[in-house]
Amino acid sequence: MSVLRPLDKLPSLNTATILLVGTEDALLQQLVDSMLKEDCTSELKVHLAKSLPLPSSVNPPRIDLIVFVVNLHSKYSLQNTEESLHHVDASFFLGKVCFLATGAGRESHCSIHQHTVVKLVHTYQSPLLYCDLEVEGFQATMAQRLVRMLQMCDGHVPGVSALNLLSLLRSSEGPSLEDM
Amino acid sequence: MDETVAEFIKRTILKIPMNELITILKAWDFLSENQLQTINFRQRKESLVQHLVRLCEEKHASLNDAALLDIIYTQFHQHQKIWDVFQMSKGPVTVSFRETEENAVWIRIAWGTQYTKPNQYKPTYVVYYSQTPYAFTSSSRLRRNAPLLGQALTVASKHHQIVKMDLRSRYLDSLKAIVFKQYNQIFETHNSTTPLQERNLGLDINMDSRIIHENIAEKERVQQITQETFGDYPQPRLEFAQYKLETKFKSDLNGSILAEREEPLRCLIKFSSPHLLEALKSLAPAGIADAPLSPLLTCIPNKRMNYFKIRDK
Repeated sequence: MSVLRPLDKLPSLNTATILLVGTEDALLQQLVDSMLKEDCTSELKVHLAKSLPLPSSVNPPRIDLIVFVVNLHSKYSLQNTEESLHHVDASFFLGKVCFLATGAGRESHCSIHQHTVVKLVHTYQSPLLYCDLEVEGFQATMAQRLVRMLQMCDGHVPGVSALNLLSLLRSSEGPSLEDM
Repeated sequence: MDETVAEFIKRTILKIPMNELITILKAWDFLSENQLQTINFRQRKESLVQHLVRLCEEKHASLNDAALLDIIYTQFHQHQKIWDVFQMSKGPVTVSFRETEENAVWIRIAWGTQYTKPNQYKPTYVVYYSQTPYAFTSSSRLRRNAPLLGQALTVASKHHQIVKMDLRSRYLDSLKAIVFKQYNQIFETHNSTTPLQERNLGLDINMDSRIIHENIAEKERVQQITQETFGDYPQPRLEFAQYKLETKFKSDLNGSILAEREEPLRCLIKFSSPHLLEALKSLAPAGIADAPLSPLLTCIPNKRMNYFKIRDK
């Protein structure tokens, strides 16, 4: 089973690579376009994938941050994310993975309960960000945020590592014991 | 004389009681006086009937003649049938016609009853294409007139039967395109102003070298399947697709409550959209569904239906 490992490859000089995994092609494209407009001290590289494993898993690229994009309007999107997670090595979850949930604003269209996503994210001990990618303003802000996160995961921000960031971002309140 | 006609005459005559036979045969007035005189009415019925049938054969009795005999028999034995009573009335109706260029006749019908004048505010419209067996009618709130309208259309167009297709939409042009199988040509719709690039399934691949599309092969596969299924042309416009499912619950477990149900399970699924077929076409490229889509969805223009009933075989 092909699995992405964070330290398989040496980091390339001055390059930060982010992998976005999600089924909603159009939304991801727009998010990526916004990200590439951001000021970034290192050169930004973006990998867009619908699901894992990557087709280029024979020679997987070096990834500094994985963002799983879940569309709350689509059960298919959640299912796809759950299956893709099996192809990520456990060491990635030390701050190099985060989840992005979109679509929470239009609650009538949501077919996935927020609680479900929260539970999933809690299982993987990673941060969960909410953003309605369809709204241009929110999308631009999220793009900024992701670029900053990427720089930290990449080691380009002195004094802050991915693990530091993780402990700051992680919510101390997981789902309560009764809910589990 | 046809064998079936002979058989029919034989059976009809067999029904006639002996004491009425002469009267009925005389009323029928088919066999001549001479022929009737040759008959021995005292012989056994079977031989008598055979003789009569031979006489009819000599005179080349046709199906019409045989039918006439049956009428006369029934007239003499009216009580053997149960009779219903119908009352007819003349309802006034306003009918107007307007022809258009493409061989289409627009017919407007305002309905009245025996007691009221035609209601001009609730007319039914029919668009009939004269070179074809198809007519499109606007749904009328006065549903009791539907059978009458159907009959009138059938007779006027010199057909024998009329059947309502499971196809319904607001867009007459699109219905026409589907029914006449013209949808795979580019046709004019009033609101298709989107340029060709945008209509390319929403797949704008940003060719910035900093972006690596990992699933490009998959994207191309989906593109290809979508194009094979839906074609390059704009889809005809429908707003709904409705699926009625009726099935019985099957279970391997013994004593499953649902499996013992006598009544079948029914469920209704309705898809609605301002432009249903274009929406379905963009599902797989947008990543919302897997390609290929279910044939239940993709068969709509081909089968010329958007209302489906699915039952267990």
